[in-house]
Amino acid sequence: MFAEPNAKVARTMRLLIIEDDRDAADYLVKAFREAGHVADHAADGEEGLALASHERYDVLVVDRLLPKLDGLSVIGALRAKGVSTPALILSALGAVDDRIKGLRAGGDDYLPKPYSFAELIARVEVLARRHGGREETVYRVGDLELDRLSHRVLRGEEEIVLQPREFRLLEYLMKHAGQVVTRTMLLENVWDYHFDPQTNVIDVHISRLRSKIDKGFAHPLLHTVRGAGYMIRDGAR
Amino acid sequence: MTALAKLLRTTAFRLTLVYLLVFALFAAFLLGYFALNTRRMINDQIVRTVDSEIVDLTNIFERVGLRGLMIAVDARAGNPGSSLYLVTTANGDGLAGNVGSLEPGVIDRTGWVEAAYRRIEQTDQADHMALVHVVQMPGGFRLLVGRDLDERERLFRIVAIAGRWSVAIVIVLGLTGGFFVSRRVLRRIEAMGDKAHTIMSGDLSGRLPIAGTGDELDRLAANLNAMLGRIESLMRGLKEVSDNVAHDLRTPLTRLRNRCEAALRTAKSDRDYRDAIEATIEESDGLIHIFDALLMIARAESGELRAGMIPFDAAEIARDVGELYEPVADEKGLTLRVDAATPAPVTGNRELIGQALANLLDNAIKYTGAAADRVNGVAPEIVVTAQAQPNQILLSVGDRGPGIPAAERQRAVERFVRLEQSRTEPGSGLGLSLASAVARLHGGELRLEDNAPGLKALLILPRADATRGAS
Repeated sequence: MFAEPNAKVARTMRLLIIEDDRDAADYLVKAFREAGHVADHAADGEEGLALASHERYDVLVVDRLLPKLDGLSVIGALRAKGVSTPALILSALGAVDDRIKGLRAGGDDYLPKPYSFAELIARVEVLARRHGGREETVYRVGDLELDRLSHRVLRGEEEIVLQPREFRLLEYLMKHAGQVVTRTMLLENVWDYHFDPQTNVIDVHISRLRSKIDKGFAHPLLHTVRGAGYMIRDGAR
Repeated sequence: MTALAKLLRTTAFRLTLVYLLVFALFAAFLLGYFALNTRRMINDQIVRTVDSEIVDLTNIFERVGLRGLMIAVDARAGNPGSSLYLVTTANGDGLAGNVGSLEPGVIDRTGWVEAAYRRIEQTDQADHMALVHVVQMPGGFRLLVGRDLDERERLFRIVAIAGRWSVAIVIVLGLTGGFFVSRRVLRRIEAMGDKAHTIMSGDLSGRLPIAGTGDELDRLAANLNAMLGRIESLMRGLKEVSDNVAHDLRTPLTRLRNRCEAALRTAKSDRDYRDAIEATIEESDGLIHIFDALLMIARAESGELRAGMIPFDAAEIARDVGELYEPVADEKGLTLRVDAATPAPVTGNRELIGQALANLLDNAIKYTGAAADRVNGVAPEIVVTAQAQPNQILLSVGDRGPGIPAAERQRAVERFVRLEQSRTEPGSGLGLSLASAVARLHGGELRLEDNAPGLKALLILPRADATRGAS
């Protein structure tokens, strides 16, 4: 059911879900397994801290309000021990200052409840990949090429002229090529806003970008992933 | 507690007691000082006159001898008054003067002394006090000259009586005054207490009584009343939000439920189920939007977001948000123009101000879109501006839509208000309420004006460097 958006992720991730709500945890473990990943579960902060310190995980998914030790303290304790496993905080406290507190405590990303699983897995995959890091100066997807230094974009032989924001949008998509990127991720990373734009402003920006990079070419590169977001990948391969 | 005990425990009464003590001590000190000085003055005067008499009498003795001295002394002793004279032989036998008897030993020592005495022709049998000077004459004779101290003692007694009386009067007046003042204060405090009880028991519209004297109790009552007003409006807001939540969440929840039921009843294929479930998820996202907006308004209203404020340029936000929405406007055939070239420094929550501006812009695009083709001759243009004035920053979004009737504008910016027309549009419908709450959080306001035609929403925020600029 969730396999479709993540079909292109070759690597299997090992995740730890620290969540006290049994139903929510079961759902997450199951959903991550269906998506081809391995997920462990800890029901309270202490257990989570012990597991996260002794096992190797790619990403931790941590609920904020936990019995015994709250989520922020778990992350703080891990960081103090030198464990730098990326952590995504799930929280029922969705307001602006809570997210800042969460990130300040050492969290790498923050997702308010209720969330869609598509959003969660997209963020988790980006976090897992970030460790490997794709920080080349030139990104290439198919015959599309983006030079981060000269700010030039080429599709085949043809130079594509982009506005500064369109460039950053494409840059972010290409940095995470092959991964699903959600609308809120784009809003956060390209525009640096964390609020909810009521209409789908991102869709309009994407369709503008698409008309510049894909229009008139046989193989579209910028794909819409239904119910999740967008992905740039070489469809021919 | 009895009424009296209550009265005695009031601050006013305790203060009265302290003042009473201070005043009593002050009166006692003043009188004591006065008495001591008077005594010293009287003594000085006695010493001076007695000394000059001794000089006179010594001169007489030297010129005309003992005989002449005795005549002079007797002549002076015969005068009525408080003067005392005595001439004795070396072994103390009286030769002349008006002193009948004297404390033993006084006449044997020369110098000043206070001593008890009796006059020769004294009518009563009481001893009197006198200040006397004894000198030795050639030939062993002794001369005593002195003054009776009755007058001094009488003065002392008068002062002592005056002292007791004044302290008594101070205490009586002070206590009565304190009693009345405390009772007055107590009565007003009790009136306030009673009112507070009725307010606590549910009558939130009650206010504390104000006497109209403008004193500290009135000021306190006025401040408490302002607080009560704020509490009442918050409570009203809370009631409104629960009413609104009930309405705004109930409708989509009903729709959600109906859709699920319909799918169960009529769906024939997986495809149908999938469509129904997707529609359900979409509907629940809408619910989350409304819920988030309500929560954010509530948090902005409570002021708890005030902690994380930082200085930034609102003009930049205006440009960013304008750029974010420009393609959306463009897609609807509208022109979006951003006029925000000069810096507009504010101190605040960048996210919230961004959200507020996005809401205003979102509304502008939504409503202009509907009316664009109906407005003839006026270009369907949306203008976003950021202006820096000496004390405030103006962020504005002007559209050419149908606007909001003047009568409804004030209500539209109130807490948790959704205008009827917004209920049919997608989105939480709380955009204006949220923008207004954000403005209030920053100490500013959201004002809606006629853009002739259309609506102009003005987000007015205090300028960050206003005080620095003025000084």
